[in-house]
Amino acid sequence: MPGATSTVLPRHAGASPIAWARANLFSSWLNTLLTLAIAYLLVKALPAFVDWAFLNAIWQAPDSKACRARAGEGACWAFIAEKHRFILFGTYPFSEHWRPALACVLLVALWTASALRVFWKPWLVLVWAFGLTVIGVLMWGGVLGLTYVENERWGGLVLTLLLTTIGVALAFPLAILLALGRRSSMPVIQGLCVGFIELIRGVPLISLLFMASVMLPLFLPAGVTIDKMLRAQFALIIFCGAYLAEVIRGGLQAIPAGQHEAADALGLSYWRKTLLVILPQALRISIPPIVNSVIAFFKDTSLVLIIGLFDLLSTIKVSLAEPAWTGFGVEAYLFAALVYFVFCFAMSRYSQNLERTLARAEEGRRR
Amino acid sequence: MKLSFSNPRIRALIYQAITIVAALAAGAYLVSNTLANLQDRHIASGFAFLGREAGFAIGETSFIAYSAADTYLRALGVGLANTLRVSLIGIVAATVLGTLIGLARISHNWLLARLATAYVEFIRNVPLLVQLFFWYVIIAETLPHPREALEPLPGFYLSNRGINVPVPEPHAAYAWILGAFAAGVALSTGFAWWARRRHARTGRRPPVAEAVLMLLILPPALAYLLSGAPTGMSVPRLAGFNFSGGVALTPEFAALGLGLIIYTAAFIAEIVRAGILAIPYGQLEAAYAVGLRRRLAMRLVVLPQALRVIVPPLTSQYLNLTKNSSLAVAIGYPDIVSIANTAINQTGQAIEGIAIIMAVYLTISLSISVLMNWYNARVALKGG
Repeated sequence: MPGATSTVLPRHAGASPIAWARANLFSSWLNTLLTLAIAYLLVKALPAFVDWAFLNAIWQAPDSKACRARAGEGACWAFIAEKHRFILFGTYPFSEHWRPALACVLLVALWTASALRVFWKPWLVLVWAFGLTVIGVLMWGGVLGLTYVENERWGGLVLTLLLTTIGVALAFPLAILLALGRRSSMPVIQGLCVGFIELIRGVPLISLLFMASVMLPLFLPAGVTIDKMLRAQFALIIFCGAYLAEVIRGGLQAIPAGQHEAADALGLSYWRKTLLVILPQALRISIPPIVNSVIAFFKDTSLVLIIGLFDLLSTIKVSLAEPAWTGFGVEAYLFAALVYFVFCFAMSRYSQNLERTLARAEEGRRR
Repeated sequence: MKLSFSNPRIRALIYQAITIVAALAAGAYLVSNTLANLQDRHIASGFAFLGREAGFAIGETSFIAYSAADTYLRALGVGLANTLRVSLIGIVAATVLGTLIGLARISHNWLLARLATAYVEFIRNVPLLVQLFFWYVIIAETLPHPREALEPLPGFYLSNRGINVPVPEPHAAYAWILGAFAAGVALSTGFAWWARRRHARTGRRPPVAEAVLMLLILPPALAYLLSGAPTGMSVPRLAGFNFSGGVALTPEFAALGLGLIIYTAAFIAEIVRAGILAIPYGQLEAAYAVGLRRRLAMRLVVLPQALRVIVPPLTSQYLNLTKNSSLAVAIGYPDIVSIANTAINQTGQAIEGIAIIMAVYLTISLSISVLMNWYNARVALKGG
């Protein structure tokens, strides 16, 4: 809403810090009371937290004895230091850890490249196909002198990143088809797409993961088996596809009817109209909400823990179960929270910036 | 109509016929595979298992009495009641907390606004499952044993066995109070309706707020006094290694409830903030210009417009909270998913178990949607 003032008046920064404080902290007796109460709480809590998390913390220790001696006074980050290889790469063969590490770097590079607007071209699809192939070769091996590693042994951060990346990459085309189907004028196709999207969105992800882990084997002909990771990936793709479909449908609905009519007037067929005129515009305006869906999906991949896959959260939980390190759950889950936060916060900042840039570009075009 | 492939209507019919045939063929293939697999593995099908003895105990039950000798159906009923209990409490508390934090984010107090922003940014960007584990660990690992339980308020105990709170002892008076309160609600609804009619007819507005307050407080107070004013409280007391008396919230319930409330409140805060910011300041100025005072201007001008923006996304947050309550299975709270999962593991009837979970959630989702759509229609613009 450019130019519109809102119910909340902007507070201009005062000429001096004192004027600023009077306007923003002590404008009324109620505000003064609130400020003092919050300041008191912060003064009580912050130093205690800094003491626990940094000053009294134990960063390196060969075993948990030193940590136990200081239990309650300082955090035991030594637990993370001791277990970081397992948390990052799961049970992947230790001597081959450079492979998942390189895969992580490539995955992040792939995402970063897709975030830049210069790369928003059709050939980005080829970059993704190539990147995912390289990552697959790295992780599985079996060619180019790399030893074969079966995907039961993949785990940790790299599994979380892979489930998210492959999930989004394959859910994206599915979502586009579902969104187009939902807007189709053919009642059978529309009905099937609506039913599918609403069914998937109406049930919790856990039930889909259970379905993939116990029901999917029953659907397959005798003799055919798919391992657990791929079954979970299948459920995640379907889940992500249904949510992305609704986001893309929002973008499709925002395209004015004139665009459809103009394309029809030029005599374009349905698919040429969709691919050349409608989708490029619809996807561009859907990107910020798509990024928000990706953030939600990234967080949701942690649920694979429940069906027994070793993702980031799961490897942390398993490390905690080791008798030597039980009782350091607060440190462990704070660390997990921090890792997820870094990824999600970066994505959400990007989405906010993009939204602003796109809105500005749109305004410029209208003028 | 020309019978040719270049006729768009014929083409649409052909495409749809192909889709139906393909969908049916795929369905038939899956069903035949499934039947063959079930036969190979000697798994029974059908819902007959619901009537059999479940044979497992459930850690906590709400509203429905249950023992291991009861049937699967009853066990699933207990699970459903547990899901509904945590979801309902979660929805109410998350709405209150979320609204407060949303208002705090747009507060003029710099410190408060920054604190609320930090809360929202941090909580929204960490998976709920991590937060649930964190709260569970906080309760089960860092809180003291019942013997050294913390007592923040007299009678309220925090320990690694959960939270124990005092409740009034059962007495006939409470039934009367509930009845009197219901009567008060009915009377105030009637009064508000009459007052609105009168306001429209005469232009004078009867004192609704005061009357409603009286109608809601006086009858229950009177019922309390007339039925003997019972003061007996059931207070938690340490007996052996745990508490007896009062109401005990298990660590699982407390962690799940806390996690759901704190997580969802962050999303609701953003919705409330966006809803209020969507109202141009000119609206409030115009309300002041026609002589409305601040409270009336908020109630009659800002709030109705803000609600229109807030209600649809709020609905999806309520649905999310209910669906997210299924994460209970990860920390061992016996909700419907966790109990259906146990039943699947015991009977092997995965298809039926998952069908039950899905049916339950689809029903809950649809009910909440219908309810909120009805409310949305009430606050939406009329006509147009």
